[in-house]
Amino acid sequence: MNTNVISLVSIGAHPTSGRPRRAEQDARAVELGLQLAGDNLQVLHAGDIAEPALRAYLGMGLEQMHVLEQPAGADALPALTAYLRDAGAQVVLTGSQAETGEGSGMLPFLLAEGLGWPLVVGLAQVESIGDGSALVLQALPRGQRRRLKVRLPFLATVDNAAPKPRQSAYGPARRGVLQAQDVQVVDDELLAVASLQPAKPRPKRLKVIKAKSGADRMKAATAKASGGGGQVLKGVTAQAGAEAILKLLIEEGVVR
Amino acid sequence: MSDIIRRDPRAEWIARNRLHPLHAAMQPAQHSWMGPNGIVRKNLHGIGFIGPNGIKRIDRSGAQQGGAVKRSAAVEVQLPLHQVSAPAFYISVVPDMVGGRLSSHDRDLLGLAHQLAGNDGAVLAVVFGEHKESAFATAGVDRLLVLEGDEFSGYVPEQRVQGLRAVDNQFNPRHWLLPDSRSGGGELGRRFAAALGERPATRVWQVKDQECIGRAGAGLQDLARPLGRLILASAECAEPVSETRHEALPVELSTSVARSLSRIEDLGAVAVDPAAIPMAEAEFIFSGGNGVKDWALFHETAAALGATEGASRVAVDDGFMARDRQVGASGTWVTARVYVAVGISGAIQHLQGIGACDKVVAINLDAGCDMIKRADLSVIGESAEILQALIAAVAAYRNEAKRDAA
Repeated sequence: MNTNVISLVSIGAHPTSGRPRRAEQDARAVELGLQLAGDNLQVLHAGDIAEPALRAYLGMGLEQMHVLEQPAGADALPALTAYLRDAGAQVVLTGSQAETGEGSGMLPFLLAEGLGWPLVVGLAQVESIGDGSALVLQALPRGQRRRLKVRLPFLATVDNAAPKPRQSAYGPARRGVLQAQDVQVVDDELLAVASLQPAKPRPKRLKVIKAKSGADRMKAATAKASGGGGQVLKGVTAQAGAEAILKLLIEEGVVR
Repeated sequence: MSDIIRRDPRAEWIARNRLHPLHAAMQPAQHSWMGPNGIVRKNLHGIGFIGPNGIKRIDRSGAQQGGAVKRSAAVEVQLPLHQVSAPAFYISVVPDMVGGRLSSHDRDLLGLAHQLAGNDGAVLAVVFGEHKESAFATAGVDRLLVLEGDEFSGYVPEQRVQGLRAVDNQFNPRHWLLPDSRSGGGELGRRFAAALGERPATRVWQVKDQECIGRAGAGLQDLARPLGRLILASAECAEPVSETRHEALPVELSTSVARSLSRIEDLGAVAVDPAAIPMAEAEFIFSGGNGVKDWALFHETAAALGATEGASRVAVDDGFMARDRQVGASGTWVTARVYVAVGISGAIQHLQGIGACDKVVAINLDAGCDMIKRADLSVIGESAEILQALIAAVAAYRNEAKRDAA
């Protein structure tokens, strides 16, 4: 296969301990890239080259990885846009949301806007890449899939519906080469006005009963959940009953 | 409780029995009587009646007859109407409208919009395509803009962004609120933000005093920042509107929306194996219980409808279904949009498990069971016959659709 694929990766954080690790969704982007392009996959990171967690991606069987060197707190967008504009990639894969920093999930959207490429959100599988366009499956909520035809080159984000990433092996992670590239550093202006703080647990929403009288409150506390307004078909033929059920299922759009 | 006037034999018996301890209390109140000295005495506490809002009213026109008013529980309370005749500014909300209706996430968002709008601003809801919602007024929509047309049907995020840009040009809302959800809002909001060049506040869960707090990174940190123009809010970001009624006045765009050249073509939904979808997030569940006698027919019907199979505890205990298919308190709490219960009477543990379901259809022999009370549509009859008829009806519907397409 001679598809030119670039996966963008970032440094993740373990959800409990907060220790640096390979980011879950970015690892899925690398996995999908490896399945698409094999050894031709390019992996790109913008950030600190000395971060040990970065080698976990190399341990997935990559020989090398490009790093656009930036200090923490710099804006990765201009550097990535400039790099991708000249890289000649057909498909660029990213995770949908970073695990550290703001984690707004805006980067792929801004990249697509800056490059003028189409963006597929929640890529689950690439079915075929042919002349000028690709057939892909998009993951929808509730386990559904949608088939899209998208023009090349395109950007795609992957989420948890993409294939599970392979394990990272220690030997290849040591042997892999990190190729640094100097880029112009642009500071992110958000951090001047916003502040990061440890996450506060959100209070559970209480069920507020707005009853004026004691009898109403008693009723609200003890009443069984019953709609009461349901339509009951009694003494109809099985055919009529089935028709009514099918009509509702078609109206709700679950039977196609 | 119904409005039917009923005899109360116990009250009648107490009225006859002067030695009953409740006799005095349950006597109809006398408002005026002749005292021992020939002076008319009045009991002022007994005058009047309790109005619908729980406040005592005295009607001196003479229209009111008798003391005790029959109390009826089903009083439709008319909420006060909140009107914004000349809005000083707009707060725009783009609800997800999953299945054509407002979700609870959308309602929370409308509540947040009202918090931001106060008394002068109007909440403008922008809805794409056709909808089935009838409760925009009580959900808190002051102005309703429906963008209809062929170009907005299907998956057309780029065209929808064009629509939102047209709305932005005409109404220039002070804030844009979108749900940060996987069912469309998160994606549309981010696309719109990239097109506008605005930096959105994402995963916002609290808005207070011109500052908003949202989750950052993997959820270990919060990001507090000044309130921006574009807000992508998570579920339960504010209390939904519950105490007012709104106008939901339809408004229209004065210009037509520019057609965007589509670079993504929607080729439609792909059939997925319903059994592979986790029960907790399946959209359409076909569930069987004790009333199902022919399990082969049950499986056949589920396959014909393309539904994920579920079961009640009895069916699982009897070995007809696997344990991981059990719906209810000790099984899975499902969130299906449509739930079909065949031969399930509706034990409270099972009803808890389907509490989040939108539409419930029941097929049952017993017209008095609890599942029928919960269901939106119930068919009383033998399940085997109805399932067979259902298979035939689906086949006929599919054939007709095929013939229409050909």
